[in-house]
Amino acid sequence: MTDRLPILVFALLMAAIPFIPGMPPFWIVLLDNIGLAALVAMGLVLLTGVGGLTSFGQAAFVGFGAYTTAVLSTTYGLSPWLTLPLSLLVSGLLAVLLGLVTVRLSGHYLPLGTLAWGLGLFYLFSKLEFLGRNDGISAIPPLSIGTFKMLSPGSIYYAIWVAVIVSALLTMNLLDSRTGRAIRALRRGHVAAEAFGVQTPRAKLLVFIHAAVLAGLSGWLYAHLQRAVNPTPFGAQAGIEYLFIAVVGGAGYVWGGVLGAAIVVVLKEVLQSYLPLILPGSGQVETIVFGIMLVALLQLAPGGVWPWLMSFLPERSGGRKPDTSLTLPARVRAPAEASVLLQVEKARKQFGGVIAVNNVSFDVQAREIVALIGPNGAGKSTTFNLITGVLSATSGSISVLGKKVDKAPPQEIVKLGISRTFQHVKLVPDMTVLENVAIGAHLRGHSGPIASMLRLDRADEARLLAEAARQIERVGLGEQMHQLAGSLSLGQQRIVEIARALCVDPMLLLLDEPAAGLRHMEKQQLAKLLRELRDGGMSVLLVEHDMGFVMNLADRIVVLDFGTKIAEGTPATIKTNPEVIKAYLGVAA
Amino acid sequence: MNTTILLFLIQDGITNGAIYALLGLALVLVFAVTRVILIPQGEFVTYGALTYASLASGQMPGTAKLALAMGIVAFVFDLFAGRKALHGRLILRTFLANIVLPGIVLAVTLYFAGQKPPVAISMALSLVIVALIGVSLYRIVFQPLAHTSVLVLLIASVGVHLALQGLGLLFFGAEGQRGPAVLSTAFTLGALRFTGQSITVYGITIAFIVGLWLFFGFTRYGKALRATAVNRLGARLAGIRTSLSGQIAFLLASVIGALSGILIVPITTLYYDSGFLIGLKGFVAAIIGGLVSYPLTAIAALFVGIVEAFSSFYASNYKEVIVFMLLIPVLLLRSLAAPAVEEEKD
Repeated sequence: MTDRLPILVFALLMAAIPFIPGMPPFWIVLLDNIGLAALVAMGLVLLTGVGGLTSFGQAAFVGFGAYTTAVLSTTYGLSPWLTLPLSLLVSGLLAVLLGLVTVRLSGHYLPLGTLAWGLGLFYLFSKLEFLGRNDGISAIPPLSIGTFKMLSPGSIYYAIWVAVIVSALLTMNLLDSRTGRAIRALRRGHVAAEAFGVQTPRAKLLVFIHAAVLAGLSGWLYAHLQRAVNPTPFGAQAGIEYLFIAVVGGAGYVWGGVLGAAIVVVLKEVLQSYLPLILPGSGQVETIVFGIMLVALLQLAPGGVWPWLMSFLPERSGGRKPDTSLTLPARVRAPAEASVLLQVEKARKQFGGVIAVNNVSFDVQAREIVALIGPNGAGKSTTFNLITGVLSATSGSISVLGKKVDKAPPQEIVKLGISRTFQHVKLVPDMTVLENVAIGAHLRGHSGPIASMLRLDRADEARLLAEAARQIERVGLGEQMHQLAGSLSLGQQRIVEIARALCVDPMLLLLDEPAAGLRHMEKQQLAKLLRELRDGGMSVLLVEHDMGFVMNLADRIVVLDFGTKIAEGTPATIKTNPEVIKAYLGVAA
Repeated sequence: MNTTILLFLIQDGITNGAIYALLGLALVLVFAVTRVILIPQGEFVTYGALTYASLASGQMPGTAKLALAMGIVAFVFDLFAGRKALHGRLILRTFLANIVLPGIVLAVTLYFAGQKPPVAISMALSLVIVALIGVSLYRIVFQPLAHTSVLVLLIASVGVHLALQGLGLLFFGAEGQRGPAVLSTAFTLGALRFTGQSITVYGITIAFIVGLWLFFGFTRYGKALRATAVNRLGARLAGIRTSLSGQIAFLLASVIGALSGILIVPITTLYYDSGFLIGLKGFVAAIIGGLVSYPLTAIAALFVGIVEAFSSFYASNYKEVIVFMLLIPVLLLRSLAAPAVEEEKD
């Protein structure tokens, strides 16, 4: 997915810049500052743009990185190269501490929480004796290699931009991996990702730490560039500015962070040096203009500048089709698959006074298609949520292969081989069909974030994508493999969800209204696929309103009405059951 | 510890806390209706306070001109938004609201500016000026962004904060100002001295809490605002003009902000950039209240005020650290109590 050539060109270009004859030294200073800001913004891209966790507190992590090296290299005389891992470690550890609290917050609590601790830490920096209070710490030694000391902005330039480009590569590698897909799914909510075994709190903590370590790296470089630190650049204003940089560039794109940093740093410089000439007056005219431009930009291009620029490039022909000859080992199955896969016994779910599911019992046998039908509000989707661990039952029990799973979270249910689709499609619209489906195979891969960053995950990754591609072809969407999931019709998106669920290698497939939004031919194809799956040894439990579809497909039907099971039997008996007719038509037959 | 000091600190904390409560209420209100996290709330505070102080000391506050300037921009926005179906009544209405009204206010302000008007007039003018700014602000900045995500609104909110703070420096200078007390009487009760000012603070805070409760519980507009807060689309389908709801929310927030400013400027010197920190403490209270509950926010605000009073007495250096770090255990408790399973849509 990543094309390395443009990055190589960019790296060479950046390397050549200081050699341009007549290059004003001041421009190099600006480029240094852009690099420093880009590192922090890149972390925010991952955290905010991709993961959906907005943080105003990144400046504090820059502060941790800067102060760690400042204290250790002055008071304790450690070599700056030795303090680099320590700076990153301190930022990372504090990110774990703050992150454990912060990432559990939902929606708007999170940015506000980060704003508050960002401010608190800023005041802490300015009050602590050993950090030099408001004066900070000066006389920090420069970076040096042998006898070469990086004293000038021109010499540390390379250190900064090597850090930027390496970090960008690592971050892009991370995003284009098994862990990356889990991170990219976070922004759309927990339920879908967790249904395929993603530990969402852990994924959130991971991006939080990643962003903090990048900020710490920026702080470490900053301390050795300025060779002095004080609290001012680590305050709330700076935290806000970093977020601004990420949004200006395009919060979902790694290079957007770099571009945003360039735009904002240059713009601020221009405003600061030229505005007083145009608009003489006291003080902060540039802040006013800056604020107004920010609002105008959001109104005109809320997506940021990078995606806007990219839209001018010719459309790239979709990615390569994965090599489908690679196979994943099958999911580990119970030694002897019993005949009763799922047993629901007197399951009950109450929401306050409403009884959504009222002591419902049924089972699903091996190699069987069971349909759960009933009028709207009968409790069908709630039953699905009880089985898959999204909700826990008020009373009653649910067993899988004879093992009780009443309190098990969704991640454990999917490990048992139960996978599902959702009534309201839960795909990540800005990921391709292939990537979305590969989330289904999450538990069948094993590469972690570090391996992904270093590209040690490729063999694992190729097998996951091969499995995803196979399932996409199986459901007949091979043509759409590289399209964005959001661009498909609703019916097709439902089919993508089925492919994703099949990637689990399930023994039982739970489908919530799979035929809704499908055309007649598509319904027939779906029915054919489900029969094939059954004949291949899989069981299917489906909720569906299309009676023609259900009656022709299901081996057995369970009918719910107002949360209570009113009938169970073969399609033929259900069709003539007076209770069922009454529930659907409202009159006694 | 000495009981007098204890009582004194509590009293001080409650006075500050009452102000934070007002601001916290406004933040909750605006967030609930518009999903905007109103960082410029602090600027409403300083604008109100410094406009009031400037008028009282015989100066012309620049905010009156800003109100007219923003009104003109809002007028243009209205015309542009309605360009497909322009008709006389629409033009007239937006002209009256956005240009004539701020124009009159500017004229009145100019008339009074030189002659140190009585407290009541300075107060009324400051409130009207800031209210005009608040409503135009919604029209210009947030109404066009109403469909976007909380994050985009938040960043826009930061942009507004930067611009307004910069303008504040332009209008009021870097010098701090104090204003005359609203009520100058005072009485002593035991060891404690109650100034008319602090009594006014308590009175107005309570009045606002009761007022908001009545407004949201019993009036048509209040219910419309609540409906907008729960579901924008649903409210629109039910015939509620959501942009009107937003303007009402901003009107209330700016009046509350300005009033808070007028109430504290006789007690503490305010600078053009003081609002940010004051507003943030209101935030801390609002977050403790979960951004939804008015009574909880008010109680939390009193708590924040008292913690601040005590920490400024015992560890004045770490006052801000303590107040902001207070949030972390609160957030922790909130996270443990309610592991949110809600689905964020953007």
